Amino acid sequence: MSVLCPAPERAVGGRIAAREEPPGTCGNCVVIPVDSERAVTSDQRLPPASRGAAAAARTHMARRPPTVWLRLKRSPAALLGMLVIGIVVTLAALAPWVAPFDPAEQFFDGLTLEGRPLAPNGRYWLGTDLLGRDLLSRLVYGARVSLLIGVAANAAALSIGTVIGTMAGYFKGWTAAVFMRFTDLMMAFPALILAIALAAILRPSLWIVALVIGMVNWVWIARVVYSQVLAISGREFIDAARALGVPTPRIFWRHLFPHLIPTLLVWGTLGISTTVMFEAALSFLGVGVRPPTPSWGGTINESQSYFLEAPWLVAFPGAAILLTSLAFNLVGDTLRDVLDPTMRGRA
Amino acid sequence: MSAYLLRRLVQSVLILIGVTFITFVLLYALPADPARMIAGRSATTETVERIRAELGLDQPLPVQYGRYLARLVQGDLGRSYAQKVEVEALLASRLGATFLLMIGGIAFELLIGLPAGTVAAVRRRGAFDRSVMVGAFLGVSAPQFVVGLLLLYVLAYKWPLFPLGGYGSIAHLILPAVTLGIAGGGWYARIMRSAMLDVIHQDYVRTARAKGAGEARVVTRHALRNALLPVVSMIGLDFGTFMGGVVVVESVFGWPGIGQLAWQAIQIVDIPVIMGVVLVSAVAILLGNLLADLVYPLLDPKIRYG
Repeated sequence: MSVLCPAPERAVGGRIAAREEPPGTCGNCVVIPVDSERAVTSDQRLPPASRGAAAAARTHMARRPPTVWLRLKRSPAALLGMLVIGIVVTLAALAPWVAPFDPAEQFFDGLTLEGRPLAPNGRYWLGTDLLGRDLLSRLVYGARVSLLIGVAANAAALSIGTVIGTMAGYFKGWTAAVFMRFTDLMMAFPALILAIALAAILRPSLWIVALVIGMVNWVWIARVVYSQVLAISGREFIDAARALGVPTPRIFWRHLFPHLIPTLLVWGTLGISTTVMFEAALSFLGVGVRPPTPSWGGTINESQSYFLEAPWLVAFPGAAILLTSLAFNLVGDTLRDVLDPTMRGRA
Repeated sequence: MSAYLLRRLVQSVLILIGVTFITFVLLYALPADPARMIAGRSATTETVERIRAELGLDQPLPVQYGRYLARLVQGDLGRSYAQKVEVEALLASRLGATFLLMIGGIAFELLIGLPAGTVAAVRRRGAFDRSVMVGAFLGVSAPQFVVGLLLLYVLAYKWPLFPLGGYGSIAHLILPAVTLGIAGGGWYARIMRSAMLDVIHQDYVRTARAKGAGEARVVTRHALRNALLPVVSMIGLDFGTFMGGVVVVESVFGWPGIGQLAWQAIQIVDIPVIMGVVLVSAVAILLGNLLADLVYPLLDPKIRYG
């Protein structure tokens, strides 16, 4: 039984065989050519991102040839990425206990006598912002906004993209035609301008920002899922399931969906990076989550006109955005190498 | 070829109509009232109603959209609500600056990305390769406004090598172009590297080596030509990617282009201007895609469109 080794059939098929390995292996895990019913083990229904892989590793590490987790662990880039993600998630989750101060409190000693923000010092480690609030505390709380929007927007994009891509790829015909034309249309949309306009006019809450980003980002996922489903739904085991009279929803869920998991895992992880940056850009333009809620992009927006005198107000939130986005990129990229053997050793 | 081109153009026009439709519905369905925005807070209800009637905003949505399309066909994008100017004139006065910025961004991407990716592939797994990959990841993960502000701080404020924003000379162009192109530089480095790795193990490269060509010649004359294909095909797509990025970059550097125009229009719900910008962006994206598809067969005779 393969863990997250990509699509068993693919491994048994042409590409691996061409490398003159015995059928049934893919170099890293033994692939028993099971029917896809059985391939849907608990491991394959893991939640996305590294925590799922970690859980898989805990239960199976002992008996198993290198799994996704073990191979992720072997990559220093992915390790670094997971470490950073772990830190950011911990800080966000424990914000009230970790943050040294209340992020909203304007300290009377938080500004200089001339009313300027304080540079990093012993009391306020990362300095204070224009209103005399502790920057470190605001960044810690801002991690919540970034991660929540990152995950929520991405979940929205993944669900919409998967549903539409699957429908189009499976039913073909006019469903696919309508869908493909609509994706073409969405592709021609200037996404950021659309999102800014929507966000500016809706005067958004955190969830609206997430929804707007999700609405703009699903197109890419739909296209990837579409082409995958198109390929998979032409295979014999889908025909067999159909011939046996398996209801269509069950075919989707038990036979098709498991094959999409590696793709969704990769795109989901990479997508969080995109989304975090997208949210930061919206907040930077002043149409993201509204103040006084602390957000990384928003902090930079507020201090933009002051950044020559107080560069730390741009540098620290900027570093937070960069590190978070980088971390998800590193993990997502390694996941892609691990999950897609055709990409191994490249890019 | 001409049949293909015609089909693509017809498709593009249909997509553009779709784009105007969706933008129109979204903008008018939203709870902002342009008539009230124009009239100002203290205006009486009658004034607001009069402005609404003048702008045709009192008509049902399908009628409004029909009128918009009818004018659009004649090349009339409407008038800005805020400044009593034709939208075409506003766009025309800004397009040049944005185009210049995009060309600068693309030049920077290619200048950084292609050589870095090529050398990284040739010296695979070496120190240079690793640092290129690290740099590429950083470039792709860095938010443009952070890069822009930090470049301004370091290269325009601490060491005043460049002007602090503004427009007018090559010196003004460099920092915004670098900011716009930094993510793309990372992408191109990675794509170039993997394209090069694909090519460099192929038989004809081995043949070139076997006949005694020097390594530099093998790389530049034989491998590079084919490896460039996937990269060149992407340049057209950059115009589309940049269309969003210019809003942020132009805002950081005070660059008087389409992005700033869009941003100002969005803040005051100047719908004709927003529609105009979205339309111009969509045209840029579609033309970019078309360009990418048209350049490809020129570079690779194996590809032909029926």
